[in-house]
Amino acid sequence: MEVQEITEKLKGLIETYVEDKAAFANINAETHLIEDLKINSAHLVDIILDAEEVFDIEIDDESAEKMLTVQAAVDVVAQKLAE
Amino acid sequence: MQRGFIRYDPQKENNVKRVVITGMGVVAPNAVGVADFTTAIKSGQSGIAFLPELEELKFSCQLGGIPPVTPSLLQRYFSDLTLKQLKANGIRFGCIAGIDAWQDAGLAYPVGKEEDPNWEAGCVFGAGMSGMSVIRRGIYTVDEGKVKRLGSSLIQQTMPSGISAYLSGMLGLGNQVSTNASACSTGTEAVILGFERIRSGKAKVMLCGSCDSYGPYVWGGFDSMRVLCRKSNDSPEKASRPMSESAAGFVPGSGAGALVLEDLDHALERGAKIYAEVVGGYINSGGHRQGGTMTAPNPQGIQRCIAGALNDAQIQASEIDAISGHLTSTMGDVLEVQNWSKALDRKGKAFPKINALKSMIGHCLSAAGAIESVAAILQLNQQFLHPSINCEDLHPEIADIIDQDCIPRETSSYPLNIIAKSSFGFGDVNSILLFKRI
Repeated sequence: MEVQEITEKLKGLIETYVEDKAAFANINAETHLIEDLKINSAHLVDIILDAEEVFDIEIDDESAEKMLTVQAAVDVVAQKLAE
Repeated sequence: MQRGFIRYDPQKENNVKRVVITGMGVVAPNAVGVADFTTAIKSGQSGIAFLPELEELKFSCQLGGIPPVTPSLLQRYFSDLTLKQLKANGIRFGCIAGIDAWQDAGLAYPVGKEEDPNWEAGCVFGAGMSGMSVIRRGIYTVDEGKVKRLGSSLIQQTMPSGISAYLSGMLGLGNQVSTNASACSTGTEAVILGFERIRSGKAKVMLCGSCDSYGPYVWGGFDSMRVLCRKSNDSPEKASRPMSESAAGFVPGSGAGALVLEDLDHALERGAKIYAEVVGGYINSGGHRQGGTMTAPNPQGIQRCIAGALNDAQIQASEIDAISGHLTSTMGDVLEVQNWSKALDRKGKAFPKINALKSMIGHCLSAAGAIESVAAILQLNQQFLHPSINCEDLHPEIADIIDQDCIPRETSSYPLNIIAKSSFGFGDVNSILLFKRI
């Protein structure tokens, strides 16, 4: 799967958890899920579960903890897909 | 004393606040929203339907009351994210009723995330099995070895206080935020608890009410106990028959009712519309003694509860104009009328008017007391009595105590000054509320 496709799919599932739609409009690789998008930290768990389902991968705890920015999330998913 | 805190000083008489109702919301099997609900109860509209799912699952009672909550209605109250996660029907009903009541009272909504919560406003919002479907999903997920997949939203929907937690978040409540639970007495008890908190000066506004869910997992235990109506699957609207000789068990319902209780001075200051005054209430238990059990009330307990409410309100038994009974369509109906008659020392034509909302919506379990309180206040505020349907064949033991005309069979305008609301629940628990016209 191309990085661009991973990014678009991830953005789609992240959007579900963003109440502040204006913040989401400016999303880029460096965007921080909690600080910039104001996602409730409890929902990071749900984003990881959704990503596991969408990409058919398993994300271990150590990798999950890294998924705080869009870029970091894309990297983790790309790595798991490559394994 | 820190600014913004309210301190109760029982030595100061002026700290005993008067409490009024300034907003209401309702999600009932026969209507959603106060306006439609008013029309429904005035026309004696039943909300009971045959449910094929219960037939497939071999229930003896295949009937139930489920509020007509549509997807488009849900979208008016919840964000897409909340709807994706919040699957507990009881909590959904409670939130809809709660938000409606809050807006009906003219209180601020929505509240910005960076604003102060309202430190003087709280809630006591009761629940029963409001998250049963979510509990079921959680159990299957764990048993499949997939605990990791439970996600973030299971706990908040399955903890008893889920409903009060959701409401606090939506409305920005900063005072007491609790859920009470006392089975079918829950809703009435919630209103009394909020009333006492405002009366003692600890809060200015309390959102009180209760909610419950529906479906085979909520109702199965009652079906097995043989307390549900098993004889009317082919005539759903005739099944719930409080005070009737042919009453054959209750019909389960679901939904939510919500009432904004407010310090009278606070309501007057902000020019709020006032539906009624809460003049008194009492909560007790029969202690599973003297005929009381887990499922049957101790008559002494009920009579003491009625006397306790009269004393709390400082009114005479003769002043009660009408009773919105607990009246479930079981043998308990006779006992309730007996207990009211003894406690008030009134019988025959001198007995107050009495009706049963459950004749239209069934027994909404933990939500019952709150939905029925909304109906009681509507009758008081608009000076009418709704019909108690399906009791054309009045139970002879009730007819021995009170006059036929005490039970309205059709809607009629009627002068009401004080109306009582009673609720009794498993565990031999009782609660009585007294509302007065203002």
